[in-house]
Amino acid sequence: MSLWSRIVNVVRGDSLSREIDEELQSHIAEAITQGREPAEAAAAFGSPLRQREQSRDIRLIPWLDSLRADAIFGWRQLTKKKVTSAAAILSLALAIGACTGAFRLIDALLLRPLPVAAPERLYALSREAFFDGKIQSFDGWAYPAFRLMRAAVKDQAELMAVSYADRVDLTYKSDQEMEKAQVQYVSGWMFGRFGLRPALGRLLTVNDDLKPGAHPYAVLSYDYWRRRFGQDPKVIGRTFRMGDDLYEIVGVGPAPFTGTETGTVTDVFVPTMMYPGVVHDDWTWHRTLAQLKPGVAVGPLRAKLDATSHAFEEERAKGFTGMSKKFIEAFLGQKLVLEPAAAGASGLQNDYRVSLVALGLLVALVLLIACTNVANLMTAQAASRAREMALRVSIGAGRWRLVQLVLVESAILAFLAGAAGGLFAWWSAPFVVSMINPKDNPARLALPADWRVVGFGLALTLGVMLLFGLMPALRASAVKPASALKGGEDPHSRRRTMHALIAAQVAFCFLVLFVAGLFAATFERLSNRPTGFVADRLLTLDTVAQRDEASVFWDQVADHLRGVPGVQSVALAGWPLLGGNAWNGFVSVNGAPPGPVLAYFLAVSPGWIDAMKIPFIDGRDFLPSDTMPGAAIINETFARQFFKGENPIGQSFAKGGELPCKVVGIVRDAPYRSMREPILPVVYVPFHRIDEHGALQSVRDATFIVRTASANPLALASILRREVPRARPEFRVSNIRTQADLVRAQTVRERLLAMLGLFFAGVALLLAAVGLYGVLDYSVLQRRREIGIRIAIGAPAGGIARLVTVEIFAMVIAGALAGVALGMASVRYIEALLYQVKPTDLGLLALPSFTILAAALLAALPAVLHAVRIDPVAMLRAE
Amino acid sequence: MPKTDSPQGSLDLLVLKILSRRPRLHGYAIMTAIKDWSGDVLRAEEGSLYPALHRMEEAGWIRAEWIVKDSGRRARMYELTAAGKKQLSAAESRWQAVTSAVNRVLRTV
Repeated sequence: MSLWSRIVNVVRGDSLSREIDEELQSHIAEAITQGREPAEAAAAFGSPLRQREQSRDIRLIPWLDSLRADAIFGWRQLTKKKVTSAAAILSLALAIGACTGAFRLIDALLLRPLPVAAPERLYALSREAFFDGKIQSFDGWAYPAFRLMRAAVKDQAELMAVSYADRVDLTYKSDQEMEKAQVQYVSGWMFGRFGLRPALGRLLTVNDDLKPGAHPYAVLSYDYWRRRFGQDPKVIGRTFRMGDDLYEIVGVGPAPFTGTETGTVTDVFVPTMMYPGVVHDDWTWHRTLAQLKPGVAVGPLRAKLDATSHAFEEERAKGFTGMSKKFIEAFLGQKLVLEPAAAGASGLQNDYRVSLVALGLLVALVLLIACTNVANLMTAQAASRAREMALRVSIGAGRWRLVQLVLVESAILAFLAGAAGGLFAWWSAPFVVSMINPKDNPARLALPADWRVVGFGLALTLGVMLLFGLMPALRASAVKPASALKGGEDPHSRRRTMHALIAAQVAFCFLVLFVAGLFAATFERLSNRPTGFVADRLLTLDTVAQRDEASVFWDQVADHLRGVPGVQSVALAGWPLLGGNAWNGFVSVNGAPPGPVLAYFLAVSPGWIDAMKIPFIDGRDFLPSDTMPGAAIINETFARQFFKGENPIGQSFAKGGELPCKVVGIVRDAPYRSMREPILPVVYVPFHRIDEHGALQSVRDATFIVRTASANPLALASILRREVPRARPEFRVSNIRTQADLVRAQTVRERLLAMLGLFFAGVALLLAAVGLYGVLDYSVLQRRREIGIRIAIGAPAGGIARLVTVEIFAMVIAGALAGVALGMASVRYIEALLYQVKPTDLGLLALPSFTILAAALLAALPAVLHAVRIDPVAMLRAE
Repeated sequence: MPKTDSPQGSLDLLVLKILSRRPRLHGYAIMTAIKDWSGDVLRAEEGSLYPALHRMEEAGWIRAEWIVKDSGRRARMYELTAAGKKQLSAAESRWQAVTSAVNRVLRTV
């Protein structure tokens, strides 16, 4: 009972004192009833106060009690200045919350180990090559190469093939009830290697992954089982159709495992042997993960894998035709890289690694600015409390007792801010994830708020408390009673610290503004980049047929759609522009050997150029009779690249070893697969493709491009989705997007960075301005005697204004210069995030400088007005 | 014979012993008992009695309870706990050992 009762007694300190007093009083009363003289009894008893204190210390925990007293005192101090305290807590909460939120994202995407056995021994294989003047990395592999590598290193590591998660159509019933699921083809032995146990049924094994096409078995992820089947145990043995195969569900994976592609929650795992490309040595369709055996060194293993992969590609390159020598050399110069994949391997990680770290650093800077503010606030308060501190020292308070007194106040601030910040982080991290989600394929990032996140938040709060609280606490505790009572020690030393903090604050603020400006300019330039086509009112209908269908049937469906009310024009294309797909090859012009530059191809029907509203420069559109190979329409970049100023119309070129195409038209440039890359040389070829015997080839999937009459093309989406199977029942729309959404999706990351960057720039500027105002106000207050005397002896208002601001503005300028240097030094780490933005751009440097200067002027105004309005008579009388 | 303070370290022992004979006494009664039972030789310093009582209470040797006396005044009554009984016998034997050792020294000189 002892420790607990002592803790309880701390809380009920006052009633404890009353209880002890009552007992002591009853002792004296008893003595008097026994006939002793009241005065004698009291004298014999001694000082009741001292005994009460002694008993109190025995019956509670003294340090906890003093902490409690300090907490109450600190709370009173904070509530005395409600506005200041609220502002301090709010700014800290925002900054702590933003930092915790950023950590939550970074942790979930980049740091958190997969829930598998020995994640620290998991590596991902990729290849780096020097193409197009820069190092490019690619993590896709062909299965035959994977098989060779796996055999070569079987004593040092286990290799696993894991396909890129793909959102595909599958059905549990009829074809009219297709639904989407994230499907991943994985090596059968992956589950065993990862030490995973099934939640239901069984997992895939090595025996499910032996012969191509022979193992139509599927394992559901726990998450999918819960969402799609409500955890129905009867799901085992059910079948679904995906592509041409009927799969049987054999089991459900463990709850924590959501696949190895961080940012995607896999729904269905099937064996790699079921993938159609598993036998092709030129289909690169899966990642390769390596689980190293204990004690295996990465270096030699990498060399062995590299040699195996290189030998495979060298063998394959012997069969290459229609490629330039230079390209083949670069291709064979690829270097294999092993990278730790404890946190999984995904495209989302590659896309957002730098962005998230950059955002994390921005919010860390905001946090530093907020801390500086509170440190200055605490320093100013400590100054006004110097006499109180001196009094405490005089009556015997030790130095650490005073440090504790001030630190407890900081701790209250920090933990209130930490709690509010926790709420902010709770909300903000999922908000950011939802911002980067394309509508048709949402990223799903597990964002648990567990001990890692809570621990980070607590550590951050504690760190923040020490950062802004320790210095003022030490300073306050070092008070010398004699000098404090005489009117204060050197008044300038305190101001010097505050000024140095202001300089640091301005430097951080400049950096945040500068980087946010770079992000905003990138977004602005990227979203204002001309697309070369008119995206408004365009719908794209990704459509699949049950089996390969003759291209004339596709034309029939297009004809049918043209009859739907509200449709202006319909065309066919292999896929939409900016959809991410690409088809490339080397071309040889007029029978010359192929050049080193890749050209990009897109199959389109007659009328597509018109539907996209890409302007013609010369020549004509395709005729229904045109075929690929045969006719081609090229863009300006292709004309420049391959025809060097000659008129390309009527000239011919060939892709790879195929029959030549004759150029029938030239159109204006339009971006092909990405807004960020320079315009590629693009060839539009007829949708009707013929083989070497001149027979028309069939098509399994393509995209209808529909231009609608109404400004909201999505209004027609459900009608068109119904009309496609009505035209031909074996056709089915798998995905509908607007072309405008595809364009917008190109700038998702830039929009996010610009938006969050500007938001935090605003916060940083506001905090810095408030901090500046506070310090100036304090220094005017501190120097009011001096200012009063100067005014009394005739100093002009301008002189007074200069007097109170000159030091601060020197600090602001010093801080801004330091900020410029910091910005220049840091910009190369975020270069990959920028688009056509040069950090040396004068405008991008000037804008934050002027903004900060303007904010500083604004913040200085009240203090200056206060200073020049000091009435010397009133001031001196008050002294 | 002049009154003396209870010897070093004996106050706890005296309080425990008294409470073992007479359960439920308040502070003043304990003090009187020390005086009476020692034939007016020992007296507990009134000021140090209560911190000692509170310390022993925290240690779990004695427990206390408020009662309302006939006079209407509240009083805090103490009694021995099981742990206190154990502590008493340990303290008693230690005291015996110490005094007999002291006596041996006194006889030798």
